[in-house]
Amino acid sequence: MKLAIIQRILLGFVLVIAVIVLNFFLLQAAPGDVVDAMLAEAGGGDPELAAKLRASYGLDQPVFIQMLKYLGQVLKGDLGYSFYYDESVTELILGHLPTTLMLTLSALVIAVVMGTLFGVYAAMKPKGFFSNFVTVFSLFGYATPVFWLGMIILLVFALYIPLFPAYGIRSIPEPEHWFDRFLDIVNHLVLPTFTLAILYLANYSRISRASMLDVLGADYIRTARTKGLSEPKVIFKHALKNAALPVVTLAGLQLGQVFSGAVLVETVFSLPGVGPLLYESIVRRDYPVILGVLFGAAVTTIVANIITDLIYQRMDPRIQSIT
Amino acid sequence: MIGPMKQDNPPNSAKQQTPQGNTALKVDNLSVVFDVKGKPVTILSDITFSVERGETLGIIGESGCGKSMTALALMRMIPSPPGRIAGGEVNLNSENLLEVTKKRMSAVRGKEISMIFQEPMTSLNPVYTVGNQLVETIRRHKTVSATEAQEEAVELLRIVQIPAPEKRIKEYPHQLSGGMRQRIMIAMALVCNPKVLIADEPTTALDVTVQAQIFDLLKDIQQKNGTSIILITHDFGAVSEMADRVLVMYAGFKIEEGTLDEIRNHAAHPYTQGLLRSMPELSTDHDAFRTPLPEIPGSVPDLINRQPGCPFGPRCPSATAKCHEMPPMVDLGANRSVMCWLAVEEGAA
Repeated sequence: MKLAIIQRILLGFVLVIAVIVLNFFLLQAAPGDVVDAMLAEAGGGDPELAAKLRASYGLDQPVFIQMLKYLGQVLKGDLGYSFYYDESVTELILGHLPTTLMLTLSALVIAVVMGTLFGVYAAMKPKGFFSNFVTVFSLFGYATPVFWLGMIILLVFALYIPLFPAYGIRSIPEPEHWFDRFLDIVNHLVLPTFTLAILYLANYSRISRASMLDVLGADYIRTARTKGLSEPKVIFKHALKNAALPVVTLAGLQLGQVFSGAVLVETVFSLPGVGPLLYESIVRRDYPVILGVLFGAAVTTIVANIITDLIYQRMDPRIQSIT
Repeated sequence: MIGPMKQDNPPNSAKQQTPQGNTALKVDNLSVVFDVKGKPVTILSDITFSVERGETLGIIGESGCGKSMTALALMRMIPSPPGRIAGGEVNLNSENLLEVTKKRMSAVRGKEISMIFQEPMTSLNPVYTVGNQLVETIRRHKTVSATEAQEEAVELLRIVQIPAPEKRIKEYPHQLSGGMRQRIMIAMALVCNPKVLIADEPTTALDVTVQAQIFDLLKDIQQKNGTSIILITHDFGAVSEMADRVLVMYAGFKIEEGTLDEIRNHAAHPYTQGLLRSMPELSTDHDAFRTPLPEIPGSVPDLINRQPGCPFGPRCPSATAKCHEMPPMVDLGANRSVMCWLAVEEGAA
């Protein structure tokens, strides 16, 4: 089993390199480069300056050489420098990452726990009011564009009923005490987390309801009841562990997206996360930053996949080992 | 060793005259109704029978006749909605199980009445070890420590003749064969030495040699513990192998009841006679294999749109005009009855 994990990690490593190469060439396909973007921002400039700038960024060399240079750099653990910020990409991303991770991970945890409970409860009385509510709510959450939901929540809970701050991650000026600073950040994160969680939650309650309904009809559930087990034990021990498998699959997929999957929510709530950094870098053709974020996203996805497989194996003994 | 439940007892033997005190389970007028699109459909109509201590009662009938539903009704496990028990009594230890609280009922399940099923492949939870599922049953009904329960589980596996029980107990259901899984289901049902063991087609999914082993095991357990077994099956071979008495069901009715010998050799109901005729027999005569088996013409009646009169009437070779009316249950002796107009006429003649 240990060998299988090492195998998976090596495979993931190869995959990451492939992703880097692919991303590099894909970016070249977009029209214009960082110099065009800079000159456009500055209101135009002469071709001589442009050529000089390109040479200073190494953009005058053939694409293939550029790619090899970048790859070599990444393998040494260096993601390069941002053209725009003139700062190390690694530091730039690490500076934006905590905000994103706080948002996405808390939304994910809330959604998985609540969504599963919703689904289980709905499945216990499949024709009851709550079950129908879950169905409608899931459809709503599934179909609503997240930026619209975010704006409505923003309007209601930050403007009409000003309970929470409308933008950013910190108050200016920041509170003195560390605990107050912590509360301040939590306060800023409530609305965006809520927005993202509703969206995720819809999916989890839908999937766990369906999966639970399926499992509750299984023969081993009937066996558990004929053994005289109590209903909570039947539901939470015998049914849930089987019904949770699809939930784990979905959670694994979304775990892969925690790195850069909240662009819209972060933009609506003006959070200084990885999402807006990526978006702005695309506009500015700041290739090293874009590539850096995509690299981070690829690594996160692959790691999340390996973790999901390991959890799967723990939960379902029929899956022998990952290969 | 072979106790009072030897199968070829003559009718009206001592066993059938035993006093009520020896009755393990007594079912009176049990009726089950399903609501299909707002319309009540009767699935079981006034089923009455009793099971003596240490005896095997075979319930036989074709698919959809209500035999499995009877088993589930005894355990109060009819899926509800849409199903519900519309009336009757299920008496176990002078306690009507249809009236006890849900909590009491769940304490009865697995302790006083246990059940094993047709599908050993899917009846065990795939994500827990055999030991885990046995131990939780033991600890549900007995106050013992985890270690004691573990030891007891190993002992149970030994009783159901599973080789290397200490090893098997740590395995998951998918690592075991079908026969092995059915043995584990039996072990699980035996945790508290139940008074009644309901076996719902326990060997249908198993091959013939394993089937014989499972029957031997059940007989063995019955002799040791005096367990009453209700064997539900569509296979007359299984009934002949196991049962002391037989109850024949058709379309939710009990249509005939008697000892194995009475049913096998003196069947009174045309349906039972048809059922027996359609059983293949081993013969040395090669031509016999080439002649098609007799069958009962027609198919099972539609329970949603029931016709008045005898449920078997439309398929019955001996049907008369009278069969448009519901035949009464005719008593032919102790625990011997048939629901047919023919028996009424014979009795009158």
